Amino acid sequence: MSELIRTPPGAVGALLLALIIVAVLFGPLLAPYDPQTFYTTVRLQGPSADHWLGTDQFGRDLLSRLLHGSRATIAFGLGATGLGVCAGSLIGVSAGVAGGWVDSIIMRTLDGLLAVPDLLFTLLIVTMLGGGTGHAMLAVAVAFTPGMARIARSSVLSIREREYVLAAVARGESQGYIILREVIPNAIGPIVVEATIRVSFAIMIGATLGFLGLGAQPPSTEWGLMVAEARQFMFRSPWGVAVPGLAIAVAALGFNLFGDALRDSFDPRRRR
Amino acid sequence: MSPSYLARRLSAVLLVLLIVTFAVFAITTILPGNAAVMILGEYATEDQLLALEQRLGLDRPWYVQYLSWIANILQGDFGMSLRLSLPVSEVVGDAFWNSASLAVTALVTVTVIAIPIGILAALKRGTIADLGISLLAYVGTAFPEFVTATLLLVFLAGPATGFFPAGGFVAPNESFAGFVSHVVLPAGTLSLILTAHIARQVRSEMLDVLGSDYIRAARLKGLRERTVVRRHALPNSLAPAVAVISLDIGYLLGGIIVVEEIFAWPGLGRLLILALENRDLPVIQAITLLLATVYALSNLISDIVIAALDPRVRYE
Repeated sequence: MSELIRTPPGAVGALLLALIIVAVLFGPLLAPYDPQTFYTTVRLQGPSADHWLGTDQFGRDLLSRLLHGSRATIAFGLGATGLGVCAGSLIGVSAGVAGGWVDSIIMRTLDGLLAVPDLLFTLLIVTMLGGGTGHAMLAVAVAFTPGMARIARSSVLSIREREYVLAAVARGESQGYIILREVIPNAIGPIVVEATIRVSFAIMIGATLGFLGLGAQPPSTEWGLMVAEARQFMFRSPWGVAVPGLAIAVAALGFNLFGDALRDSFDPRRRR
Repeated sequence: MSPSYLARRLSAVLLVLLIVTFAVFAITTILPGNAAVMILGEYATEDQLLALEQRLGLDRPWYVQYLSWIANILQGDFGMSLRLSLPVSEVVGDAFWNSASLAVTALVTVTVIAIPIGILAALKRGTIADLGISLLAYVGTAFPEFVTATLLLVFLAGPATGFFPAGGFVAPNESFAGFVSHVVLPAGTLSLILTAHIARQVRSEMLDVLGSDYIRAARLKGLRERTVVRRHALPNSLAPAVAVISLDIGYLLGGIIVVEEIFAWPGLGRLLILALENRDLPVIQAITLLLATVYALSNLISDIVIAALDPRVRYE
């Protein structure tokens, strides 16, 4: 951990993540106002002593909405990535362990699915299932699965030929023991790194779906939806779009920086 | 590169596309939410549903539907748009070229900006310039297209400034100046995230090249630093740069959907969102296939370019 935050990107990433964790855990306690109350006398205002980040078209306090919305946004990123990583790892590890034609069929199928851009894939699934947070999360998870499966598989393949695995085979350990005790613990590094970086993509895609009206629904304070709702009034007050937009970027940046620092610490060649 | 390699790669692309057709068909047809229900709404009567299912051929078994769909596509028939009552190929054709003009503008911009920036950052490693570029690269990749697009609109197309039109499209052959003024904001939005990502990748590839043995050998034999960079490092960092750019075309194709929607650019992305809202399945299927084909072919082309740039890469 101390090594992770020694590099500037790692330190900034950790700081941003700490900020986000505080918002997620204590957001509703810290919020100065109720996120849904209309203060109609102070509509579309810029930052002031009363409303630090300004107000939206109904006079709702933007800081309070931001703090409340952090849960929806971050939970979406973690949930979608978690589901996608589990499904992808399961498929990838199975393919890598099975080898032969099973592996070939799985990999060719994944290649096909990877040819569809993530956002397009997600949009297709969400439309067919019908919008809403749950469906959107599921759709992002499905779109992430092929990429995660490839990474899990390649990491299993490189480990399968290592000396410690060959030694376990020579000791006469069972296949199950080798997979659970030797292969998976050593394959998990690249998967964790990829997952961390993907959380930032999931946050961005989730917000995009909210923005397009296919993810979180009003009166949710999900950040993408906040941008969409404020867009109508953006020329009168840019704060409504700028505040949640920047918050999305901060969250994505935090996971991105932290994931990169994590990768560097796993890869001794990149340590400098 | 041998002809047999090319043939194998092309057949691999075809296989990928076959899988894509199957996935698209599965998602749009087999998932819950029958097309007829989606088109008519949940209050449609049983008779209406049956009639529409028959008209769309949805009452046949799925594999018959799939095979007849594929057979039609192979003959260039993507069906009729359910909403516009026009052949899909006609609707999608115009939108394709509009999207292509936007995507190519963005891609050229990104290539021209990102590669030199990435190389510069690697050469000036550890300096303020490198730190600044790396920081901008990180920040750039964290902004989803809809946020960048909205902020650009507010600050560059709003009534206060009004430097650029807030949306719309002018064909380049009608008025080139009109095309340029309309393309700046959407292409700029797409370029920001891609420039940031590609510059970062190019920097790290270039650092790998600069740390390699042949660069050390070139320095040891007394070549000037400029010669080392120009003759040895730069040519060897180009192939990885092409690889990075070709992978990012996937992002570009996804980003185009949102950007076209926000800037009212009449391309595939805008058409797709409209089709998704109206459950216009034939249009959705055609656009997905088209985008996947573009992505698969661009990866193939980039492999060929990489082989041409790097003599060590031998495809047999």
